[in-house]
Amino acid sequence: MIPDEKVVIDARGIHYTRLNGLIRQAVEDGATEIVLKNVLGQRFIADALKADVCIEIYGVPGGDLGMFMSGPVCIVHGNCEHAPGNTMDDGRIIVHGSTGDAAAHSMRGGKIFVRDYIGYRGGIHMKEYDQKKPTLVIGKSAHAFLGEYMAGGLIIMLGIDQKGPFLERGIGSGIHGGRIVIRGPVDDRYLGVGARKMELDENMLCEIHSLVKEFCNYFNIDDKPLMDNDYTIIGPSSSRPFAGKYTWE
Amino acid sequence: MCGIFSVIDRNRSRMDGSAIKDALSLMDERGSGEGAGYVAYGIYPDFPDCYALHVFFDNIVEPKSKVDDLLSKWGVIVHQEEIPTYEQPRLKRQHIPWRYFFKPYKDLMVGSLTPEEDIIIKTVMSINSGINGALVFSSGKNMGVFKAAGWPEDVANFYRIDSYKGYIWLAHNRYPTNTPGWWGGAHPFNLLDWSVVHNGEITSYGTNRQYVESNGYKCTMSTDTEVVAYLFDLLGRKHELPENFIVKALAPHFWDEIDSMQPRERELNRAIRLTYGPAMMNGPFGIVVARSDGIVGFTDRIKLRPLVVGDDGDRLYISSEEAAIRTVDPDIENIYMPKAGEPVIGRAVI
Repeated sequence: MIPDEKVVIDARGIHYTRLNGLIRQAVEDGATEIVLKNVLGQRFIADALKADVCIEIYGVPGGDLGMFMSGPVCIVHGNCEHAPGNTMDDGRIIVHGSTGDAAAHSMRGGKIFVRDYIGYRGGIHMKEYDQKKPTLVIGKSAHAFLGEYMAGGLIIMLGIDQKGPFLERGIGSGIHGGRIVIRGPVDDRYLGVGARKMELDENMLCEIHSLVKEFCNYFNIDDKPLMDNDYTIIGPSSSRPFAGKYTWE
Repeated sequence: MCGIFSVIDRNRSRMDGSAIKDALSLMDERGSGEGAGYVAYGIYPDFPDCYALHVFFDNIVEPKSKVDDLLSKWGVIVHQEEIPTYEQPRLKRQHIPWRYFFKPYKDLMVGSLTPEEDIIIKTVMSINSGINGALVFSSGKNMGVFKAAGWPEDVANFYRIDSYKGYIWLAHNRYPTNTPGWWGGAHPFNLLDWSVVHNGEITSYGTNRQYVESNGYKCTMSTDTEVVAYLFDLLGRKHELPENFIVKALAPHFWDEIDSMQPRERELNRAIRLTYGPAMMNGPFGIVVARSDGIVGFTDRIKLRPLVVGDDGDRLYISSEEAAIRTVDPDIENIYMPKAGEPVIGRAVI
């Protein structure tokens, strides 16, 4: 039997356990493209899925989309609830809309692109190790505590269509690794404890520009206005800003 | 966790509870099957001037005769009946839900500007703290709370929530953490016209409780949410603060934010914070409060709980999840996340 490479699943009224069962079955049967229609609030879609597959999601997926996921590409045509990409290992999540709080929570690899807004605590506790470097790119804006307790990885916020500078408190509060990149100036009063502004060097700018191009490509946005060096880089105030906070050395 | 869902039709067009049940049930994962509840405004048009007292009785012998006696002393019972319920296989009946339509004798409360309301509060507090086996869980006019320990769909079917029509609905799916799951501990919490649904914990409960109890309220439900209803009654009804000022008192701006405001705004925020220090609520919360003329939703000021708003013509929705709003209104366009600590107000226009 020739495997059916494209599988369409109508998710209306289906509980997430069964929905994930159908997705895994399709992958096992050799599908490389899965289309989920009428998704409404089902949590944990594609969680811990390790495969080379593209999942197109129509509707509003519930919390923790792509948690522990390793490899798949999820394209969401709609908004996400909380924590898409929670502890994601590899792959991509592309959201044609906005997400709830804690997007990219504890993410450890792969990339997330959100066209519009994310909620509070985006990129909380993202981490990196060796070749694993997670990336979160936000098109419009985020709420407070962006990159809270961040331990590694990269967050880029482009501020597209935003009037005036970013005015949300606690950017990088408790950060001890990784970088937060915000387009335009950021007043020092919005930096969290342990965060400081850093120099934008040539390597960093190359990395930013390459990710901006990728972002604009997904959402069919003109990248030219974003390809300058008007970016503020925020990182940890030292290699171990919180050494000695809870224990003596 | 916990899930909340609420809607107001600003033109007071009434909707039945079937869609509300579906929206709340969509968030079953936010609960644990130990508490769910609904409140609707505009459901008793036949008794618009009576206080609808919803009471849980452990039996209808001793506690009920005591409640009947107390109510007959303070006013007139216009009508009373058992609230119709329908057995659900997964829901264990722990109490008998009863309703009174009650008119207090306002001349019995001397020296009060709001004698009817004060009689109701006094009566509710004395029943709940003094009569074993009776608990008043709803006491407003032309509105009513329906709640029990169970899953959202079971509680809705138990009370046949689809047979009630209201222009405001609040619904809550409970995941009890610090206090037990029981019928009285399910949300919404209500006093007079105020109803509250709450996701989170109020870690300042001790301070808030002392404050409301020093103002004559008694906390009897073994849970933190109850104080929110009393705080709204105290600040909103007795002190006549508008909703946005109440929210400023309960979830105030940080001092550094207040310091950087324009002088007028700074003075106002400073005065509210200083005056209402003991009303300030700490901890993670997402809350929606209703009164017969509107709803207000807000979160704690560092946004430790979710809250999503949908605005579609006459309807305003406030919920823990967007998907719940889309269950009722699939093609809604204006969906957004309000800022932490900022009130979202939906007011009836007529």
